[in-house]
Amino acid sequence: MRPRGEARGRRPYDLVRAAPEPEFEISVDGVAVPVVPGQSIGAALYGAGVRSWRTTRVGGRPRGLFCGIGVCFDCLVTVNDSPSLRACLTEARPGDRVSTGGAVRATGELQDEGSGA
Amino acid sequence: MRAECDLAVIGAGPAGVAGALSACLAGLDVVLIDAATRPGGQYFRHLPRGFGADGQAVLHHGLDRFLRQWEALVERATVLLGHRVWAVERAGGQASGPGDGALVVRCVEGDRDERPRTVVARGLLIATGAHDRPLPFPGWDLPGVLTAGGAQALLKGDLVVAGHRVVVAGTGPFLLPVAAGLAAAGADVRGVYEANSRFGLARHPLLAAGRAAEALGYGARLARHRVPYRGRHAVVEAHGGDALTHVTVAKLDADWRPLATRTVECDTLAYGYGFVPQLELPVQLGCRTRRDLDGTPVVAVDAGMRTSVPGVYAAGETTGVGGAVLAEAEGRIAGRAAAADLGRRVPPLPALSRRAGRLGAFARALLEAYPIRPGWQRWLRGDTLICRCEEVPLSAVRKARELGASDARAVKLLARPGMGWCQGRMCAHAVACLAGEDPAAPRRPIAQPIRLGTLAALTDPPKEG
Repeated sequence: MRPRGEARGRRPYDLVRAAPEPEFEISVDGVAVPVVPGQSIGAALYGAGVRSWRTTRVGGRPRGLFCGIGVCFDCLVTVNDSPSLRACLTEARPGDRVSTGGAVRATGELQDEGSGA
Repeated sequence: MRAECDLAVIGAGPAGVAGALSACLAGLDVVLIDAATRPGGQYFRHLPRGFGADGQAVLHHGLDRFLRQWEALVERATVLLGHRVWAVERAGGQASGPGDGALVVRCVEGDRDERPRTVVARGLLIATGAHDRPLPFPGWDLPGVLTAGGAQALLKGDLVVAGHRVVVAGTGPFLLPVAAGLAAAGADVRGVYEANSRFGLARHPLLAAGRAAEALGYGARLARHRVPYRGRHAVVEAHGGDALTHVTVAKLDADWRPLATRTVECDTLAYGYGFVPQLELPVQLGCRTRRDLDGTPVVAVDAGMRTSVPGVYAAGETTGVGGAVLAEAEGRIAGRAAAADLGRRVPPLPALSRRAGRLGAFARALLEAYPIRPGWQRWLRGDTLICRCEEVPLSAVRKARELGASDARAVKLLARPGMGWCQGRMCAHAVACLAGEDPAAPRRPIAQPIRLGTLAALTDPPKEG
């Protein structure tokens, strides 16, 4: 697994003197995404460089996080067969299977590993 | 229905926690409810224990103080975190005087499976806060475009830096801590673009009220990271195929009409044009609203933070956007008023009222210094989405207007903006402006999403035969 520190830089972790617990993984459309315990599914995706995961009904446009606080409903995902959950509010749990119904489009690290879109 | 507590407080941000604690200290039996699993609301959103972070105060002003209040509260009150309140009502209809009809707070517990929970209280303090107010512009639906609050939430609550190369834009002093936090956390902040004058805050005499250091502190931090801070500039278009690659930044005239543009490369835009108070619950109860200086509907309250509905109090951003320090003062006033109204002896505290008065005056000065100017509508094109959920472009809104839709409600019925998942939370302000009116207080009988099965299970099954 990609060590978070290398990919995103230690800077935010150093800034707040974080000593995080070991990461776990969730599966998003079959792609492994690392999670620090307590993070939301949406934040874990963003942290892994995934910017969008849902596709709109009319225009077929990619969507991911917008408001980030549970108000806009752009980030909806299905978690372990439970549909229409807001990824930004849903805390990830070890082994969660997340399906997006859209194309997971990665920028940055995940794509570099060839495991993104 | 018999009340199980004296006061239910909805919202565990600065107003709700201060209000609940003040009510407890005055002798009330209090239940505090919040949808999130950690207290703090938006302003004091902080990291989960799993990060083992002992230095997150660097991302905050006053987090330690808030957490001390929280610790004092959990020893005294019943705390229901992870509970979304979807409706509030008066048992047996509206009351005619204090003490009539208990207040029923309907919640669901859990972020994926829903367990219904009802809290019945003699009084209710609504401290549900606010969310960002985005304005639509071409490309605002591209992945990588976030609200400023969203970028802040990722950092404060999940330690995720929203992007590598970030532009911050919109209006109001909130942009500064967002940009400073992102820069400190390692993002390359390409610029902060304030649509109003950069010195709207600094010119006001009330700056002497003590916020100068805070504002100037952010300025110094931005300067240290070499982040340019430009007034009378806005992001008027976002570009990219499936994700943001660059934005068009325009110099604006005083009405926000674009004068000259240039391109700034970035992978992330964090933007916001003020805040929208979350009024679903007070509107459900019939609390009177008023228009704040910027036309935004807020709950009308008296000097004790009493709404027009007996036994119902409101504090914090729901009564007018003014920031966390004012919210805490209002919460304390509300908690003390609730205790006094229920017959507890509450000694007067004139210094607290004076403090809230000063902070309120400063908040009004900020609203006046950072208004939304009508020129933003010139940033739009026919194909610019106004409603993200229903994918309604400006051309459809214009067509509805041509068909005779003369107000926001008629535009909504003809063209569907505001009829999607978010129920107009993101676009209602813009749609109202495009229809030539001030935004109305939201009428949403269901304030939080709830599954139909959960709702159905709450009612008694019809009797056979």
